[in-house]
Amino acid sequence: MSMMEDIRLKVESLLRTERLPHVWCSGCGIGITLNAFLRAVVRANIDPNQLAVVSGIGCTGRAAGYVNVDSFHTTHGRAIPFAVGLKFARPDMHVVVFSGDGDLFAIGGNHFVNAARRNHDILVIAVNNFIYGMTGGQHGPTTPTGAFTTTTPYGNPDRPFNIPHLAISLGAPYAARWTTHHLMQLQNSIYTALHRKGFRVIEVISQCPTVYGRRNSMRDPLTMMEYFKKNSIIKHDATFEEMELTYNGKIVVGVFRDVQGIPTYEERYEDIIRRAKK
Amino acid sequence: MAKMILTGNESAAWGARLSKPKVVAAYPITPQTSIIEKIAEFIANGEMDARYIRVESEHSAMAACIAAENTGVRTFTATSAHGLTLMHEMLIWASGARLPIVMSVVNRAMAPPWSVWTDQLDSVAQRDTGWMQIYSENNQEVLDSIIMAYRVGEKHNILLPTMIMEDAFILSHTAEAVDVPEQKLVDDFVGEFEPAFKLDPQDPGGFGSLIMPEGPYMEFRYKMALAMDEARKEIRKVTEEFAEVFGRKYPGLVEEYRTEDADAIMVVMGTIASTAKDVIDALREKGKKVGLARIRYFRPFPYEELREIVKKADMLGIVDRSYTFGYGAALYTETKGALYGHTDKPIKNYVVGLGGRDITPDVLVKIFDNMLKIAKDGVVDREIEWVGLHGDERWS
Repeated sequence: MSMMEDIRLKVESLLRTERLPHVWCSGCGIGITLNAFLRAVVRANIDPNQLAVVSGIGCTGRAAGYVNVDSFHTTHGRAIPFAVGLKFARPDMHVVVFSGDGDLFAIGGNHFVNAARRNHDILVIAVNNFIYGMTGGQHGPTTPTGAFTTTTPYGNPDRPFNIPHLAISLGAPYAARWTTHHLMQLQNSIYTALHRKGFRVIEVISQCPTVYGRRNSMRDPLTMMEYFKKNSIIKHDATFEEMELTYNGKIVVGVFRDVQGIPTYEERYEDIIRRAKK
Repeated sequence: MAKMILTGNESAAWGARLSKPKVVAAYPITPQTSIIEKIAEFIANGEMDARYIRVESEHSAMAACIAAENTGVRTFTATSAHGLTLMHEMLIWASGARLPIVMSVVNRAMAPPWSVWTDQLDSVAQRDTGWMQIYSENNQEVLDSIIMAYRVGEKHNILLPTMIMEDAFILSHTAEAVDVPEQKLVDDFVGEFEPAFKLDPQDPGGFGSLIMPEGPYMEFRYKMALAMDEARKEIRKVTEEFAEVFGRKYPGLVEEYRTEDADAIMVVMGTIASTAKDVIDALREKGKKVGLARIRYFRPFPYEELREIVKKADMLGIVDRSYTFGYGAALYTETKGALYGHTDKPIKNYVVGLGGRDITPDVLVKIFDNMLKIAKDGVVDREIEWVGLHGDERWS
C-alpha cells in the first residue's frame, strides 16, 4: 500500500462514511477544510478517542456530524462554550471547534471573545465564507463592506470582523489565516496548532459560490479559488490594516502569531487547586 | 386589492410592509429567513420606508425592536424555534414594557435532535411571556393577522405585543393565492402608531427602573392581566371591522367548523385544522357527526368560547402538535383548566406530528373514530395518547 493510500484510508476512518454524501454544495470549501483538518490529525497521530469536535449551526456546523470521533452539533453560536465545558471536564482531550463565521462571530461572538481572553486550551477552526450559507446567503459579521447579499441587496454598509487580529488582541497564542487554495499551508498550520496549547484560532477563507459568489461576480467555485490564488499574499508579520479584508481585495494570509508558554486557563485553574491544597 | 401567489413567508413580509413599521431588526433562521429577506428587499428598493437592522442574534433583534418601539415607532421582526427561544428574556421585557411589537414566528421543532420541520413547542413555550399568540391556518390569515395585530395591540388600553404563527414549510414555503389589500385601506384600518409613552428628550422619563417589593410591580402585572382581557374583547371587535373593510371574516379567537349537533369536537391550532375540515366533511357524509374548534388565539385564551363549544358535543379531543413534559400538552391542559366546573364530559389529549411528522387525513380519521367511541361510551380510554409512534399497532 502506498503512503498516499494509507493516509486516505486513515482519513476515511475518521469520517462517518455512512452519513455521506454530505450536504455541502459541489465546489464548497468546507470539505477542503475538513480534509485538511483530518489529514493534520492523521499526521499528528492523535488517538481518535482523545479527540472531540464541536460545531455550531450553519453549513460548517454540519462537520461535527461527519467526523468519526466524539462530536457535538450544538446550538447556534454555542460551539465554544460547549467546547470549554468539554475541555474542563476532560483536560486530557484535544478539543477542536470546527464552525463557521456566522456562528462563531455573530450570535456566538461573546463566547469567542471571552474564551480567547481566558486562553482556554481549545483549537478553533473558523471557516469564513463571508455569509450565512445554510439559510441562503444573508449578510453576516464577516461580510465585506460593499458585498451583495440577500439582506444587503445594494451592498453591505457594515465593517467585517478582522478575525486574526481580534484573536491576537485578546492574547490568543496562535492565530493564522489561510484560504482553501492554500491546502498544504492550511494542513501544516492545523498540524502545528494541534501541538500548541491555549486558545488557537485558524481562519479559513472559503468559497461559497452558491450564495455568496454568484451575487458577487464569482459565479463558480473555480472563479472563487482563482480569486483566492491571485489576491492572497503570505505575510506572517502583517499589521492590523493588512489583515483587514476588503470587498474583492487582497487577502493577507499567514501565521500571524505563534507564541508558546502562555499558561492556559486550565493550567491556571489546576495551579490554584494545588495552592489551595497546600 | 391584488391577488398574488405568495408563500406563507411572503405573506408575512407583505403583512409587515402594508402595516408600515419604521424599524425591522432581524436575524436569519430556517425556515423563517425568507420573511426577512423579502423585507430587506422591500426596504432596499424603497418600497418600505423603514430602517433594517442586521443584528447578530435574535436576542439582539428583539432588543433592537424594543428600543426602537420605545422611541415611538412601529416595529416588526420574525423568527423561529431556537431564535424564538433565545429571545425569551426580551419577549417578557417587550410585554412588560407594554410595547405592541408584532412578530412572525414560523413554528419549527426544537433540538436535539435537530429538525427544521413543524412543531409548536417553540411558541407554546412562550405562553407565559405576555404576548398575544395567533396560530394561522393559511397564508391569507398570516397576512391579515399581522394587520389586525397592530390594530389590536396598539390600542392604549391594551399595549401588548403579538406573535403570529405559521407552520414550517406547510405554510412558510408553500404558495397559494393571497389577496393583498390596498395600501390605502390598510393605512386607514391600522392608522398611525400613537405611542402612549416614548423616549422624548423634551419630556424625559426613566424606563425599566428597579422597583422594591412594596412598589407597584404587582400593579403593573395586574394591568397587563387586565389588558389581555381587554384584548379578548377588542379582537372580536376588530375581526368584525376587518370583515367590513376587507371582506374577509375571521372568527375572533376560535373558529368553529360543523360543531352544531356534533357528537365529538376536535380542538386544534394551526394547519392541522385544514386537513381536519376535509376529514370532517367526508365523515359527515358517512353519518359520523364530528366537528372542529380551531383555536386562533392561544393567548388570550378563549375560555368563554370553549365553555360554549363543549355544550355542543359529547366529548372533546384536544390535538396538540407539541408536548409539555410532566402532564399533558399545553392546549389540552389549558382547555381542561378552562372547562373545569363547566362540564364533566370526557376530554382526551392526542399528541401528534412532532418534529414535522405528517398528519394525513388517515391519521385524523383514526383520531375521530376514537373520539366517537369515547363520545358513545362516555369513558376516556387513555387520558393522553401519543398518536402514530413507531411500532404502535393501534395507529398503524
